[in-house]
Amino acid sequence: MTDNLLLDPTSENTAAQLRPRAKPVSLEGKTVALLDISKPRGDIFLNQIGSLLATQGATIRRYSKPTFTRPAPTQLLQRIADECDLVLEALAD
Amino acid sequence: MTPSHTEPAVEFEAVVKSDCPTCQLIWPALQQLIDAGCSLSIYYQDTAEFPPIGVPLKDDTSLAHSWVRDIETVPTLLRIEEGEETDRRVGWVKQEWQDISGVADLAESLPAYQPGCGSRTREPGMPARLRARYAGDSLYARSIHTPAGIDPIEYCYDQGWSDGLPLVPPTPERVMAMLEGTDRDPGEQLGDVPPDLATVNIEKVAINAVMAGCKAEYLPVVIAAVQAVLSDEFCMHGLLATTYFSGPMVIVSGSRGRLIGMNSGVNALGQGNRANATIGRALQLVIRNIGGGRPGGIDRAALGNPGKYTFCFAEAEDADWTSLREEQGFRKAASCVTVFAGDGVQGVVDQKSRDPESLCRSFAASLVVVGHAKMVMAADAFLVITPEHARVFHAAGWSKQRVLERLAELLMRPGEELISGALGMAEGIPSKYRNELLPKFREGGLNIVRAGGSAGMFSAIIAGWGASGNLGSSPVTVEIGT
Repeated sequence: MTDNLLLDPTSENTAAQLRPRAKPVSLEGKTVALLDISKPRGDIFLNQIGSLLATQGATIRRYSKPTFTRPAPTQLLQRIADECDLVLEALAD
Repeated sequence: MTPSHTEPAVEFEAVVKSDCPTCQLIWPALQQLIDAGCSLSIYYQDTAEFPPIGVPLKDDTSLAHSWVRDIETVPTLLRIEEGEETDRRVGWVKQEWQDISGVADLAESLPAYQPGCGSRTREPGMPARLRARYAGDSLYARSIHTPAGIDPIEYCYDQGWSDGLPLVPPTPERVMAMLEGTDRDPGEQLGDVPPDLATVNIEKVAINAVMAGCKAEYLPVVIAAVQAVLSDEFCMHGLLATTYFSGPMVIVSGSRGRLIGMNSGVNALGQGNRANATIGRALQLVIRNIGGGRPGGIDRAALGNPGKYTFCFAEAEDADWTSLREEQGFRKAASCVTVFAGDGVQGVVDQKSRDPESLCRSFAASLVVVGHAKMVMAADAFLVITPEHARVFHAAGWSKQRVLERLAELLMRPGEELISGALGMAEGIPSKYRNELLPKFREGGLNIVRAGGSAGMFSAIIAGWGASGNLGSSPVTVEIGT
């Protein structure tokens, strides 16, 4: 038996290369999503961020994941993409 | 009589090996078939050391022809009509050879019957080698040629496939041999593995099982474990991503564990048993290599635990208590895997209790500290009860359910000791629970399983992830297939 031919144990997937969207020069008139992943005290952090962003002319919309342990449902991600220009996610507790 | 084989479309093939006494014995029969004008091709699997027979023998030492014909025994005589096999006889049964060949007086002087020998295609390891050689196209995975002069084990490390320990290089032959362990199609998809949500099929599980060091007969257990962790209730994504200690722990319940030699006895949670060690490891390698879940990447564990290399054991059973699989609603005759988001092992020492009440109190006192003594209804736990502790309950006639009920009573916790700031500790639950009595574990959050050697009044607590139930992970049980 020779070991020099192996079968790939990975998914064989290659990550798609996505270009990030250009950063907005101003928040004036922009809608910003604040996504709470439902970790304790994430809301405190987002409240603070929300009031700071509002002073810069942004409209704030709040969203939350059902639980921090699972990826956000696709429907939620689509809603955010549909309704907002920018998104901030509170990851930590 | 006029043999039917004189019709031009009828041919015969004989597959023999010189090492086989029966093949040597029946050589006059083959000679007679040729003399009678049969179109006969003789394939030898080892050497051409036979008496001259008047036609050239065909070299099948590569076993290519034997593999195509799926030869199990030598000699085998095949009847071919219009290019298609219409009949075959294995070994030597004179009457059958006379019938299939149409030569009524074939080999009258030979005995009526002599069994054949095993075909070389059936030698240990040979079926997988032949499948890899002649049916490699049936595999789905990409083939990788390792560079000349590079140790394949080092190459596996360099690709990032390893959990830190050496891997068995997944050659096509080894993967083919692994796939012999299941009836399932290599292309059958089992689901999407987090965090990359990459689809995994049976073949990819087999490749990772090879690397982990599994034997083919472990593969159905690995497949069941993969299926179990991919269920939504188990929440493998969050379990991988968490900063918490936990990783998937596998308990095998039922006869399958015994059949493949798993350990449920002495040192059941420790090292030294191939099945225990490699089944748990294969599961982790699937998460790593298919799902892309790597420490420091999406795996954000602050400390992790040694069980994240592998954590797998079999349940010990006796007539006194119901098995884990039965408690999960499966038949007693079934074999199942249960996966649990488990941390490390915490010992419970009690060498003095001889009655169930005392022992339950010992267990409860130790279970209180799962996660944190002030944490309630957060982490689940498995209590692994060893034989010397189990016999205390058996002798008193206590069922497993009764033990669980008593533990639930003993594990009601006073809110005033749990709230933040109580007992001089900032950690704790909100003060609104001050006057409540709260259960340590959520409904169904504490499970009992038996394992361990016959000596030692020590049981073990395997605490779970702080996010249990709908919030995070629940134990999941899946029946092991074929």
